[in-house]
Amino acid sequence: MIRYFVPLGVFAAVVVLLALAIHQAPRKDLVPSPLIGKPAPSFALPSLADPNVKVTSAALRGHWYLLNVWGTWCISCRIESPELLAIAHTGVVPLIGLDWKDSRAEALAYLHQKGNPYQQVAFDPGGLEAIQWGVYGAPETFIVNPQGIIVYKYIGPITPRAWAHDILPRLPAGQASGS
Amino acid sequence: MIPELGQFALILALLLAALQALFGIVGPALGRERWTAAVTPAVAGQFVMVATSMGCLIASFVANDFSVAYVAENSNSALPLFYRVAALWGAHAGSLILWIFLLSCWTVAAAVGTARLPRNFAARVLGVLGTISFGFILYTLLTSNPFLRLSPPWADGQGLNPILQDPGLAAHPPVLYTGYVGLAVAYAFAGAALLEGRLDREWARWTRPWATSAWAFLTCGIALGSWWAYYTLGWGGFWFWDPVENASFMPWLMGTALIHSLAVTEKRGLFKSWTLLLAVLGFSLSLVGTFLVRSGVLISVHSFAVSPGRGEFILTFLVIMIGAALALYAWRAPQMQSEAGFEFSARESFLLFNNILLVTACGTVFAGEMAPIISNALGLGKLSVGPPYFNPTFLVSMLPLLVLVPLGMHARWKRGGLGGRGRALLVALGAAAVIGCAVAFGVFTGAGILSPVSMTLGAWIIIASLLDPIDRLRRRIAIPRAVLGMTIAHIGLGIFVFSMTAVQAFTAERDVALTIGSSVRDGGYTFHFQGIGPIQGPDYGGTDATMVVTHEGKPVAVMHPAKRDYWVQHIATTHSAITIHGGSNILVALGQSLGDGRWSFRLQVRPLVLYIWIGALIMAGGGLLAITDRRYRLSQSAAKEAAALLAGGDAR
Repeated sequence: MIRYFVPLGVFAAVVVLLALAIHQAPRKDLVPSPLIGKPAPSFALPSLADPNVKVTSAALRGHWYLLNVWGTWCISCRIESPELLAIAHTGVVPLIGLDWKDSRAEALAYLHQKGNPYQQVAFDPGGLEAIQWGVYGAPETFIVNPQGIIVYKYIGPITPRAWAHDILPRLPAGQASGS
Repeated sequence: MIPELGQFALILALLLAALQALFGIVGPALGRERWTAAVTPAVAGQFVMVATSMGCLIASFVANDFSVAYVAENSNSALPLFYRVAALWGAHAGSLILWIFLLSCWTVAAAVGTARLPRNFAARVLGVLGTISFGFILYTLLTSNPFLRLSPPWADGQGLNPILQDPGLAAHPPVLYTGYVGLAVAYAFAGAALLEGRLDREWARWTRPWATSAWAFLTCGIALGSWWAYYTLGWGGFWFWDPVENASFMPWLMGTALIHSLAVTEKRGLFKSWTLLLAVLGFSLSLVGTFLVRSGVLISVHSFAVSPGRGEFILTFLVIMIGAALALYAWRAPQMQSEAGFEFSARESFLLFNNILLVTACGTVFAGEMAPIISNALGLGKLSVGPPYFNPTFLVSMLPLLVLVPLGMHARWKRGGLGGRGRALLVALGAAAVIGCAVAFGVFTGAGILSPVSMTLGAWIIIASLLDPIDRLRRRIAIPRAVLGMTIAHIGLGIFVFSMTAVQAFTAERDVALTIGSSVRDGGYTFHFQGIGPIQGPDYGGTDATMVVTHEGKPVAVMHPAKRDYWVQHIATTHSAITIHGGSNILVALGQSLGDGRWSFRLQVRPLVLYIWIGALIMAGGGLLAITDRRYRLSQSAAKEAAALLAGGDAR
């Protein structure tokens, strides 16, 4: 009575496909940050543009923002640059830059040449602030909510797909539009 | 302290579920009476522990304990008490707790309902339910524990996702889950029959009320979800073929096939193995749905927070629960011989076609659901399957089904023929065609071919359903509740088909820009934009417009479409204003300010749209009425008879 085994056979095929699907699913969260769900480190760093102006975590409270860790020496950051400009252009969420282990002159020239996607850039030449955030390679991008809690950490250059699938859905704008 | 107590209670519930499964399945198999007798206390204990656990989570929400991660992420001190409780099922972990709680409620109901059935059979039903409870509680504890603490605690919570802050949210998940979980009871009955290796007409009679009530809850749950999406998400549609909607729709289609197939098994002792398979597949599809929604394999509007590990766990659980049932099925089903044959024109044939068409429809939905996953898994790239696929394929199996409904209802069992109702049905079809064409061409304009046909079918189902009750009333014969329930459910179906066609074919929709004081006409109504101003709610601010609607010079309604800005989460939502007039549904959504005093609005007039949900609720009501029929309330003597029948099977 082979026909009574048909449902079992179909089910086995479906299971194989589903198992494949799980392993194909994007696994960016394999190296999760222990800071996710925790308050972001509070900081007060000199602004890249003007050393007399401070970029502070307190001033950023009350708004969603993306903290993007970058440096002129980082190749992946150059790859990411057009996508950051596109995100800035949408106006969905402000980008805050953390210029990491860099020289001020080079960083300013870089932003002038490639375009500046950041609302503000904090300057961290010694890399001490980045340690607070648990950064181990650039680029890294943190989603921070209005309460100052780190919601998500994205590792590597942001691609249009990563923006659409990993970052935007975690922002209120992405949730409210229902996509 | 309270969250820890909740977690501890959940761990105890896990242990009791394990005992319930062990005693229920192994006890009867080894003939250990004491083990078998211990199942019911395990069920009671599990229920108490699960209820305690859920109570603790609710208490944490009510007390605004933001040291509990789940509470902090899904609630806020500004949230009204009602939504603080409803926030429990606002995200993944808490909705699992709700699921487990409802499962243990159904288990208690099953323990009470099977108390008069043969003891070994009842124990096996509860044992199978115990394995399901065990799996879900373990899943919650290992991957999605809602009782975890935060260090340091947050000063205030993130708040509940605003699109979920609606009375519809409070009702939709619990009702839908009640349906999903109810299918577990039908699955457990099938599992017990497979373990016992025998199935007779009695079995179908025991199973039917459970399957039908699960189906009725599923129907209500899907209808509520659709209604909620219709007016909260402001999309203006009632069904989107969203992967998560499909995940609830597939078990519904299977459940519909199951309740019809059970009718044949009960009346005629036929379709036994088929009915078993449907009972297994109905619940299997709700498990597959759970997997698809929560493993992150699919991306949908309903996306819950996803973490790796969850997918693997559910998949393993799926393999155990469904695999075991289907393997047992492959082994046992060949022994379950049908008791008799039937003529081609008999009711059995119609119900067989009903089953084939419903299962086909379910298969096409399943294929559409799986296609993007398969494509991604095989590295063929991202693929999106939407209404262009679902609408036509679904229609291909559903239209013939609608033709069969009026005929099948009146066909006689076994011998076939329409029992002298042939002419009456033909007259009904004529009347329905007149109504269908009159509405499609007379009341509305721009009808194609499909809309009058579909409206005729809807009207025919309604009229044909009424033939039998009218006949019985005239001859002063009592109508059994099961028959009345079926009649009502089919009338609900007819109303649903008729109104859905009207909405699909004759909706008037426009985007307009208006300045204060100006008006516009749409779908026979005049919209006058009277003013706009700020509003203030408990945890939101926003803008609210005033729109006066008139029909042929007479006032219809003053509507207030609004945009809300929830200041905790900084999310803007659209609250469309909806009003009902003469069966039509008028919807006004406020858009953007266009500068110089102009605002954009979306206007929609959807005829008869409310009857889509009324039809669905009538269907569910019919189902619930049918299960109150006398024959499902077992008399003592009948129970003894049944026990005697099954005794032979247990003695082995």
